[in-house]
Amino acid sequence: MTYIAKPRLHHPSLVKNKAGYTRRDYEGAVSTLCAGCGHDSISAAIIQACYELDILPHQVAKLSGIGCSSKAPTYFVGASHGFNTVHGRMPSVMTGANLANRDLIYMGVSGDGDSASIGLGQFAHVMRRGVNMTYIVMNNGVYGLTKGQFSATADKGSISKKGVANSDSSIDMVSLAILMGATFVGRSFSGDKHQLVPLIKAAMAHKGAAFLDVISPCVAFNNHAGSTKSYDYVREHNEALNRIDFIEGREEITTSYDPGTTKTVQQHDGSILRLRKLGEDYDPSDKVSAMKRIQEGMHAGEVVTGLLYVDPTPSDLHANLNTVDVPLNTLDAPELCPGTSALDKINASLR
Amino acid sequence: MLKPTDIANPDYFHKVVDCQWACPAHTPVPEYIRLIAHGRYSDAYMINWKSNVFPGILGRTCDRPCEPACRRSRVEDENLVKGKKEPVAICRLKRVAADYKDDDIAARMPKAPAKNGKRVACIGGGPSSLTVARDLAVLGYEIVIYDQDPKLGGFIRTQIPHFRLPESVIDEEVGYITGIGNVEFRHQRVDSLKAVLAEGYDAVFVGSGAPRGRDLDVPGRKEAAANIHIGLDWLSSVSFGHIDKVGKRVIVLGGGNTAMDCCRTARRLGGEDVKVIVRSGFDEMKASPWEKEDAIGEDIPILNMLVPKEVRHEGGKIQGVLFEKVVAKYDDKGRRSLVPSGEPDEFYECDDVLVAIGQENAFPWIEKDAGIEFDKWGLPQLNEKTFASTHPKVFFGGDAAFGPKNIIWAAAHGHEAATSIHKMLIGENPEERPAPGVNVASQKMGIHEWSYDNAPTIDHRLKVPHRPKQEALKDIMAEVELGFDPQLAFKEAQRCLNCDVQTVFSGQLCIECDACVDICPMDCITFTENGEEKELRTRLTAPAMNPTQDLYVGAGLKTQRVMVKDEDVCLHCGLCAERCPTGAWDMRKYYIEMTHAEQACRKQ
Repeated sequence: MTYIAKPRLHHPSLVKNKAGYTRRDYEGAVSTLCAGCGHDSISAAIIQACYELDILPHQVAKLSGIGCSSKAPTYFVGASHGFNTVHGRMPSVMTGANLANRDLIYMGVSGDGDSASIGLGQFAHVMRRGVNMTYIVMNNGVYGLTKGQFSATADKGSISKKGVANSDSSIDMVSLAILMGATFVGRSFSGDKHQLVPLIKAAMAHKGAAFLDVISPCVAFNNHAGSTKSYDYVREHNEALNRIDFIEGREEITTSYDPGTTKTVQQHDGSILRLRKLGEDYDPSDKVSAMKRIQEGMHAGEVVTGLLYVDPTPSDLHANLNTVDVPLNTLDAPELCPGTSALDKINASLR
Repeated sequence: MLKPTDIANPDYFHKVVDCQWACPAHTPVPEYIRLIAHGRYSDAYMINWKSNVFPGILGRTCDRPCEPACRRSRVEDENLVKGKKEPVAICRLKRVAADYKDDDIAARMPKAPAKNGKRVACIGGGPSSLTVARDLAVLGYEIVIYDQDPKLGGFIRTQIPHFRLPESVIDEEVGYITGIGNVEFRHQRVDSLKAVLAEGYDAVFVGSGAPRGRDLDVPGRKEAAANIHIGLDWLSSVSFGHIDKVGKRVIVLGGGNTAMDCCRTARRLGGEDVKVIVRSGFDEMKASPWEKEDAIGEDIPILNMLVPKEVRHEGGKIQGVLFEKVVAKYDDKGRRSLVPSGEPDEFYECDDVLVAIGQENAFPWIEKDAGIEFDKWGLPQLNEKTFASTHPKVFFGGDAAFGPKNIIWAAAHGHEAATSIHKMLIGENPEERPAPGVNVASQKMGIHEWSYDNAPTIDHRLKVPHRPKQEALKDIMAEVELGFDPQLAFKEAQRCLNCDVQTVFSGQLCIECDACVDICPMDCITFTENGEEKELRTRLTAPAMNPTQDLYVGAGLKTQRVMVKDEDVCLHCGLCAERCPTGAWDMRKYYIEMTHAEQACRKQ
């Protein structure tokens, strides 16, 4: 951690967004994580994304579980709602919160321990149910708070800081999320904000269960030779399939592209994701080929990143359950207690 | 492609310390400000004394080239400080060191060693000569200073009113120099350079200033001469007590600092209706902004765009001055000329006129065949590095060298000339200038602890308390500025960003985790592909739009990218180093000290 607060002085060119805030206004408290932690970079990417999306901070709800990653919400968008839940139980609290107030922007922040070990069951169900949220796993492959034991996402054969090889199979969070029904799935790297920030923005714009697996090296316990989650390893093996250059309908188009170099995906709200192709022809809206490509990458020892799968027309929990259109706290007495004639009608329909 | 920054070149980090770089004498400003914050006034004083020789004098009178350069004035946020962006009050903090230093500071001053048998004459007793005397006396040279006035100090003593600079401060700081020993003062006007040279000095330093006040050339000037005074001479006469009153209505002509001193002095000698009337516009006036402010604060109006046309008198008794109204016109090269506006002339009544429209160099005492060549402006032809004239034994400095400047320039010239004289007399080449001494020390004390106060404050610049106006105007000897007290000084000192504590980057240690980029409050740091400087400046985390400030380029990264840091608005808060997991960033204090004559023979 750091002893002094981040100075309030700022670069003279810092500008306000349409919501009237500067990027610095989206910061939180100074991080108490280890110096160099990838999680801090992800926090910075979330700050940048919220600033660029002109989000009103009080419209954001941050939820997390337990672990280094789950501390992170304190370090971004300070003026928002937050809930630090029981270990691994963030998905159910978020589901409940989302049911109660569908108007907030939900951001779940969790780690590989919180989501792939103790909370694996909850993780699967929140994806199945299609809760409208952005679920970010800050994935470092170790239990940092308990000094570096392998987590469930550590690759088989990778070497711990003590020199022991991991004998267990790893859980691939992106494959699992796609399998469970998430409708927006991407992977990125804390050390590549050019890729990460647009992915977070697109995920936040997605009206359904959006999941991002962000590899986030643990500088203290998992950044050595033999680790597959180190800065060097990820940089060497990163296979980016695409980059989101911009989101049409939300941003001004400033770049022109040669035909055939971009792929567009139109989302439910009308926004269009413009994906720049990097190398191969990859269609992220094809679930089967996405699964295939991810498995091939794993087999080849690649860290496949980018927007891996997107269902452009998702339906979310509220649509599935046919809930009311407004947050429950805005319903007043006549709506909640419509009177005997309404009750009579319901009773009559059940006879 | 930008080359990696060569931080072994002492100039690189020296430039980052904007105040020190801007100071002609390169005073280590942040170091003495920190010492003031620690209450170590004597130590702060000695750092100043070594660099600029006259801390108490300069702390009241300096032209402060350091302050416009101060980084603080580029990084403050108007909303946070509730006012405009302001530099640290560097000059007035210097005075704090002088005001609160220990009484026995004289014990810290050097003493002259045994004489080395060489004699150096200094012509003129002003700041440049005194600096030469100090630098050479401590090396065993025998110094003889000539001056026409009864006490040493030159313009410091004769031109600066005592309500800005008490005479006791001059006596004290001149005393530290004469107290070294080997310094002889001759109260004697020099009328012949050849006569001085004939006395067999090994070297002669000319620090005779720019003593001639420019005169007014308009009809009526001669007839009304009894009430028209040359500002420089008038101030000098006031200083020595020869003049102690002035008419009720006074017009001061001119827009420089001498004009400001004239008008404020006139207010104290009976002037009730004192005006400053200037040819140019208010913003183009040569006077320092704070001097103008102080004059206006003493109810002295400043009238602009008025050119004196005629002095009106009745049989030699002055009536007033007639002015032509002008406007500024600029040609396509941007050169300004003042042309009549066509409006009717304006007439201002007065009892006395003080003429402060410029000063000139004058060397009537240097014989044409003395071996000194002059240029077409009447200034000596000098080597700009060594201050050597065309005569092998004669050096120049201060206003006598390149025309009227300021005390701090005189001190800087004095150091350079003394170094040249010393090198010449020990048989070294004065052209080979000594490099500055640089001491580099990491400030890391613990994981998050630094041996400097790294949290920047957001306090606005503090004002120096003034004596109440009524009281100040009554007594010409009463100093107007009262100086910061220790509490105010501490608060003001805390505004200093410690720019001498440098961010030093080691690429081979960096793992490119972005922690420094994320924490930097000023968005100074970027990891990116290298490129041409102009283009690179536009694609940094925050654009680097101040081309006078360097980009620090660090190489040696695994990804072959470069680290680019914009030095412009760095707060030197050390957060980059604090958040760095590998120590690739370190905060190191660069103490850069100019080499004076004392250390000049450092040749290996």
